[in-house]
Amino acid sequence: MADILIRSVVKSYGRTKVVHGIDLDILHGDFVVILGPSGCGKSTLLRMIAGLEEIDAGEIAIAGRVVNELEPRERGCAMVFQNYALYPHMSVAENIGYSLKIMGIRKVERLERVTAVARIVGLEEFLDRRPAQLSGGQRQRVAMARAMIKEPQVFLFDEPLSNLDAKLRVQMRIEIRRLHRRLGGTSVFVTHDQVEAMTLADKLVVMNAGRIEQVGTPKEVYHRPASLFVAGFIGSPPMNIMKVGSATPGLARLASGATLQMPWLDTVPESSLRLGIRPEDIELVAPGTPGAMEMPVEFVEELGAGHLVHGEFEGAEFVVALPGAIEVVAGGRLHMCFPTEALHMFDAVSGLRLDGGEKASGLSSGAVREFA
Amino acid sequence: MSGKRVTFKNLWLAILLILPQLFLVFTFFYWPAGEALYWAFTLEPPFGGEQQWVGWQNFETVFADPLYWNSVKRSLLFAFSSTALAMGIGLLLASFVDRQLAGYKVYRFIYFWPYAVAAPAVGLAFRFIFAPDAGFVSAINVWFPGLWNPALDGFDAMVLIVLANAWSMVAYNFIFFLAGLQSIPRSLVEAGAMDGAGAVRRMRDLQLPLIAPTFFFLIVINITDSFVNSFGIVDITTGGGPARATDLMVFKIYSDGFKGKDYSLAAAQSLVLMLMVCALTFIQFRFVERRVHYS
Ligand SMILES: Nc1ncnc2c1ncn2[C@@H]1O[C@H](COP(=O)(O)OP(=O)(O)OP(=O)(O)O)[C@@H](O)[C@H]1O
Ligand SMILES: [Mg+2]
Repeated sequence: MADILIRSVVKSYGRTKVVHGIDLDILHGDFVVILGPSGCGKSTLLRMIAGLEEIDAGEIAIAGRVVNELEPRERGCAMVFQNYALYPHMSVAENIGYSLKIMGIRKVERLERVTAVARIVGLEEFLDRRPAQLSGGQRQRVAMARAMIKEPQVFLFDEPLSNLDAKLRVQMRIEIRRLHRRLGGTSVFVTHDQVEAMTLADKLVVMNAGRIEQVGTPKEVYHRPASLFVAGFIGSPPMNIMKVGSATPGLARLASGATLQMPWLDTVPESSLRLGIRPEDIELVAPGTPGAMEMPVEFVEELGAGHLVHGEFEGAEFVVALPGAIEVVAGGRLHMCFPTEALHMFDAVSGLRLDGGEKASGLSSGAVREFA
Repeated sequence: MSGKRVTFKNLWLAILLILPQLFLVFTFFYWPAGEALYWAFTLEPPFGGEQQWVGWQNFETVFADPLYWNSVKRSLLFAFSSTALAMGIGLLLASFVDRQLAGYKVYRFIYFWPYAVAAPAVGLAFRFIFAPDAGFVSAINVWFPGLWNPALDGFDAMVLIVLANAWSMVAYNFIFFLAGLQSIPRSLVEAGAMDGAGAVRRMRDLQLPLIAPTFFFLIVINITDSFVNSFGIVDITTGGGPARATDLMVFKIYSDGFKGKDYSLAAAQSLVLMLMVCALTFIQFRFVERRVHYS
């Protein structure tokens, strides 16, 4: 069983600490995606699992064996690199079969296995070509095949799709997922593309500045972001964040004076608070509805299936996502209300989420959306 | 037209600017080379007078001389062993530095110094270090009396000049190997590690093939260098001895010409050496031109 257990792992380059004590359990068969902004240490963490980077403190165990001191080849991992890292002087077949050659497997068997793997990724006709004679997508497949052929317990991917065009990326995403199911190993996939992360992951790990912000299913991370960072990072457009003027159990008052019912808010800390709501969770109401809030419309972004209405609310930029059927024009006014279950409360100092525990999902699909 | 090329509107200015360089090249290269060509095909009469045209006679004398073939053999032995040694050590050092890059710019600088040391100075240093009675290496003779004596033992003498020449070339090789290794994307070597290849295997299967152009370039440079620049080392350390064990081609030209006073024979020999170096240079250009590019 290829579980990967990561215990308080720390990494510094010179005097800069880039990974600050990470704990993470990756269970056998999981497809784990590590998501985070550029420079947050995703690759570094992945490379420490692979054995390409030394572990300064803490421990990584793969399949019950601490691997800190083991060479990459002793860890049973295969890796797909962002730029594919194919050997330019070898043919596709030699690239794929290189690890078998090192294991000392005879040529006949090697060729057999290379052909079998090439068939899976659809590269049979290209076995004699050099990497330079392949398209980006084909190179990507060679890189995948090269990783697959060892039948590793653990697959590591470092942004393997970021050099592909949008269409190919979607296609490869599906193939990677299919491959994972077929091989039944453990996969760790690093990306900074949240759509990729959401669609691929069984378990999503959101990282920021060398720390883990949240671990959960894509749904959990989206609907119950554990921190202000996750709330702002996941979702496109990002969640609207408002300053809370004052709060008492069950009630929050915005800086402008609008009050919001929050029955699940039982304890209120001393520190200042932030309230979040996703653009797509906001409902429109008729003008004059009690509790309705008003926002002047600055401009509208057309998306085809819907549009994004930009304006200023509570002294900050604010975005409302509306279905295409509703007509909005710049210069108009939007009357809206925030469904209680769609509100997210955060401690502004620690950045952590505050709530009683019930889910803030289940949008009221039947809600009246009107434009005034 | 190439946009990068500087073009002079004023032709006379251009000529004026390259004139000093042309003058130097002509005076110190073409003129002596022409002179050598002349000497090689003529003989000076024993009792004075005009030089006489003798055709290939000087070359026939040279090629019939077993001492000449001895010097060719010694030169090849010297060239190949010092090239192998200098390139091997250069590659080893470069691969160490390539893996741990902290401060490599300083290394680059420091490692280059030996190349800048003139051959006679290298020879002098090695003569002292390897002196059988007083040098650092004399300790060997304390434990094993008579084991090391380049003044008596031809093999020891050859080892001495090979070491000295290799030492001065290691720096050059190191720089080129390091630059070559650094041009290989790091992820490629890492992919090799993930595929299970150890450091030696990665060097052999991945890094060396990828720096093959550099490798061939260095082979030619090292061999050429050992043919031409070895004079200073031989002259200072062994003087061609003992018993002509280190009588390299370039040194034999000097001793035949300036000690034996036979300019014609020396000129014929230097012409042969020049042709060999030209051939090597030609090979090198072929390789550099056909430099394999992967992308
Ligand atoms: N070899 C290195 N030497 C010094 N600093 C490094 C080195 N490698 C990475 N870093 C630093 O460590 C931090 C984390 O790097 P890492 O490559 O893990 O980021 P990442 O999350 O993968 O980002 P990206 O999405 O851009 O690939 C960055 O701030 C980076 O500058
Ligand atoms: Mg990265």
